[in-house]
Amino acid sequence: MNEAITLPGGVKAEPGMRIYNQKLGMWVFLASEVMFFTGLIGAYIILRFGASAWALPGVPLDEGGTPLNINLTAFNTFVLICSSVTMVKGFASIEQGDQKNLKRFLLATVLLGAAFVGIQVMEYIELAREGFLPHCSEELATVVPSCHLFGSTFYTMTGFHGAHVSIGVLCMVWVTVKAFRGGYTKESHGGVEVIGLYWHFVDLVWIILFTIVYLI
Amino acid sequence: MATVEAMAAPLAHGHHEEMSFVRKYIFSTDHKIIGIQFLFASLAFLALGGVLAIMLRWQLGFPGEAMPGVGVVAPKFYNALVTMHGTFMVFFAVMPLLVGVYANYLIPLKIGAPDMAFPRLNMLSFWIFVQSGIVMTASLFVEGGAPGAGWTAYAPLSAVPQYTGVSLGQQLWIISIVLFGASSLLGSVNYITTVINMRAPGMTLFRMPLSIWALFITAIIALLAVPILAAAVILLFFDQTLGTTFFLPADGGQPLLWQHLFWFFGHPEVYILILPAMGIISDVIANGSRKPVFGYHSMVLAIIAIAFLGWITWGHHMFQSGMNPLLGTSFMISTMAIAIPSAIKVFNWLGTMWRGNLRFHTPMLFAIGFVSLFTIGGLSGIFMASNSVDIFIHDTYFIVAHIHYVLFGGSLMAIFAAIYFWFPKMFGRMMNEAWGKIHFALTFIFYNLTFFPMHILGMGGHMRRIYDPTQYEFLQPYQPLNKFITISAILLFVAQLPLIANFFWSLFRGKKAEANPWRDNGLEWTVASPPPHGNFAVTPIVYRGPYEFSSPEVEEDYLPQDVPLNGEREVVGAGVGEE
Repeated sequence: MNEAITLPGGVKAEPGMRIYNQKLGMWVFLASEVMFFTGLIGAYIILRFGASAWALPGVPLDEGGTPLNINLTAFNTFVLICSSVTMVKGFASIEQGDQKNLKRFLLATVLLGAAFVGIQVMEYIELAREGFLPHCSEELATVVPSCHLFGSTFYTMTGFHGAHVSIGVLCMVWVTVKAFRGGYTKESHGGVEVIGLYWHFVDLVWIILFTIVYLI
Repeated sequence: MATVEAMAAPLAHGHHEEMSFVRKYIFSTDHKIIGIQFLFASLAFLALGGVLAIMLRWQLGFPGEAMPGVGVVAPKFYNALVTMHGTFMVFFAVMPLLVGVYANYLIPLKIGAPDMAFPRLNMLSFWIFVQSGIVMTASLFVEGGAPGAGWTAYAPLSAVPQYTGVSLGQQLWIISIVLFGASSLLGSVNYITTVINMRAPGMTLFRMPLSIWALFITAIIALLAVPILAAAVILLFFDQTLGTTFFLPADGGQPLLWQHLFWFFGHPEVYILILPAMGIISDVIANGSRKPVFGYHSMVLAIIAIAFLGWITWGHHMFQSGMNPLLGTSFMISTMAIAIPSAIKVFNWLGTMWRGNLRFHTPMLFAIGFVSLFTIGGLSGIFMASNSVDIFIHDTYFIVAHIHYVLFGGSLMAIFAAIYFWFPKMFGRMMNEAWGKIHFALTFIFYNLTFFPMHILGMGGHMRRIYDPTQYEFLQPYQPLNKFITISAILLFVAQLPLIANFFWSLFRGKKAEANPWRDNGLEWTVASPPPHGNFAVTPIVYRGPYEFSSPEVEEDYLPQDVPLNGEREVVGAGVGEE
């Protein structure tokens, strides 16, 4: 650690934030990601509250209810939250220098992340079959209120989130391979921490999306 | 952990080996080379944007007459010209000239760092920018032509191909903007991390030059604003290609949503375009006045205040969109509030020059040009901020005059100052002073002859984006003025030839520059011109702020940041011996 140097006149050298560049860079990048999702979610909120009616959960489909399968996605949300838990466990392991558990937990995180994306793809296929698309089928548009807007916002927000998870899984695979090669030690494991920050961010975004798109 | 890497890095550069030409000048990770690459690329786009401007001015000055070498400007092509002139100038000329060139070049040199925090991301940032520029230029040549919905791409005009007759061109525009956003994001992450983490010992935040402060705050604005634009244009892209209905009212979408998203990005964007210019000007004016910047802390706080207020004023672009007048009033107040920090800056520049030992070198002339023209542009901004005045001048040439006073008279004048000021550092040769002054004089005169009459056109009701002003009876008396503006614009364009000639001549034949030709205090002037790879042989130690001109403690009229005064050297030698 580079301690502050006192210069003539008693001025401290201010050696930066005292966190390493990659970690600071990831935090800065995530700030930008927050704004990107703010743009998408903001558009959703404006369109939803500007619409005359909106498909609500807990109402049958033919009475203007949501076409989304909430139970399936609730399970999927659970999967993603579990992956954040395994991520934390992996990071905690390597902080103790436990490479064996790091590998185990990173592998679990990769699998859970991939499972999330897989379930989301299945959900998309099922919805598309029912005619729920970015531009709804004529048939569904007569049943679901503001169906085109719902489809537009739903696929854009969840799609961009899914793309983020997919990129996260790919990066996680890379980190996992490096872990299996013994690339992380008790002293040097910045990569695990940095990818972890991204992973938790993506998880957090999903909790917000799940709440505002599916639950309310 | 890897914490000490940043501080230890300057010592590590000693063992770098000779690199091939491609690694050294094309796919370089050296922030100085990347800055120079940005300089050449964005100057090329500046020239392209200028050519487009001359073509659209021709149509306004001489409607329906064949332009020599081009022919008659067709209506659809005119729309493309207006759109692409704005797009190229904002995204591919002024923004990269300020942020791409000078943030890259100056930040590490001025804070005493060996390079950016993430040199490879920095290289990626430049090459994504090049791709983005290629895609944008390509949209000029595809079937259907370049987009014609304006640089603001208002939906649904931009969302429905039938409205403008452009389909592929508009999509390429969107793809290019997304790429541009990625490039800008990588740059911002780099600049912010570098400024926070890689300052040399003693370079406290309040010892940073104002140019670095401005670029730092600008990077934060760009980091947060550009993703909003990316989100907006992606929604627009989906409306065009996937059948979504975000901005299409027929299926419940909201055209006003586009305006809100665009200007929520767009207003912070105008501060991205002016804040770095203000920072650069502060450095140049202090140097040219041989005095410390007047009110350094208030300058920093003014930058921060402008950056903050910039987020809550976007609605003033939308006064006439049918917005609730009560909401419009709040936007009016927040917009007028920006005049306060802006005026603080202007008075501080004047205070810096007041009773200074003025040196009218070319950068200083452009800096004074900046202060005078920015003041005019800033004052006309206050008119327009008034909700009721805006009813009259909205979307007229008054707006065009205002934007060009702040963007050309402001930003571009600062860019010219910066080019002349840091050219010796970048290329190791001086630019010719006499031709520099001729360039300034011609630019300043023809600039004002071009843009000042636009205020009068605007007051006469001349609309912003019309193809043929002679179609309107009430505009016919203004046609001689339109002709005058067009001729002045052509002369303004020609007045840039001295710059181009001087630039390339000096590149090869200019007088060799010493390390510190302007007798300045910044750390970049303590190393050779051009600085070696890795910048500093030994990490510099900073003892004071950057504006210690005419200090009574030394014989010379400048006191570099890294020079210890009598007695300081020994103390420091003991203090940092283990570094």
